[in-house]
Amino acid sequence: MLSKFIFLYCALMIVTTGILAVRFRNPVHSVLAVLVLFFHMAGLYLLLNAEFLAAIQIIVYAGAILVLYLFVLFLVNIKEEIKTERFVANHNISKVIVFLVFMMLIPLLQTFHLGEPGKWTMDAIRQVTHTKALGMEIFTTYILPFEIIALILLVAVIGGILLARQEKQEGIMAQKESSGSLTKGGQK
Amino acid sequence: MIPVTWYLVLSIILFCIGMYGFLTRRNVIIMFLCIELMLNAANLNFVAFSHYLTDMRGQVMTFFIIAVAAAEAAIGLGIVVALYRNRRTVYSDEINELRG
Repeated sequence: MLSKFIFLYCALMIVTTGILAVRFRNPVHSVLAVLVLFFHMAGLYLLLNAEFLAAIQIIVYAGAILVLYLFVLFLVNIKEEIKTERFVANHNISKVIVFLVFMMLIPLLQTFHLGEPGKWTMDAIRQVTHTKALGMEIFTTYILPFEIIALILLVAVIGGILLARQEKQEGIMAQKESSGSLTKGGQK
Repeated sequence: MIPVTWYLVLSIILFCIGMYGFLTRRNVIIMFLCIELMLNAANLNFVAFSHYLTDMRGQVMTFFIIAVAAAEAAIGLGIVVALYRNRRTVYSDEINELRG
């Protein structure tokens, strides 16, 4: 009974902050709403007995990824952002598409049934603790995907540095801009 | 016990919110944020299945998805920075030329 209350509270907060994050005019407020959403998502993970993932959710998502978003948001001029239009011109079509997807996904739930249960019952996890159980799965059965994910992260780090680097071409860009061959977007 | 369909319904709602934001917002950074919402909906599904099937595989997948989301955020925001440097805008409907 108590777990149902906790679930309903978390679900309500997730839906509310999700809608707020989409609707907020100020992008910094959007990021903060998503931060609250991630904390409640971690609460749901705790409810599902996945405490390691709850910790990862807070450390990686709330701690690292959202801070990255906040840093990049410094590019935006907040004073102008509050005044400009938030949505694209024909966003009513998108609303209809999203509503159709929602109405398509909900009836699909009735055809759903759970498959065969696996070997990690709650007692088995409790015996070896959750983090160790997850580690045993990752480092034995899923060792190859783990190595691939390490490679993906390495490529992402190198790619991020390459993309955001201050290039020497900047001088060339400035020349192009002054000669007028580079049209600025949105000012036509 | 909470029925597993509750988690699935919440996941569908969260996915639709993320999709709505991605399709409608003009700001590219908020669009990336909405992708994170959709990834979180998938994560919630995986963890719920993992719990109700008493299997660890779903949580391993969630672990990998979080790593991919971190990589995606780094690359995506790097692209936004490069875009802003070239075009001085972060609005998706103002980026309407293929010629850089």
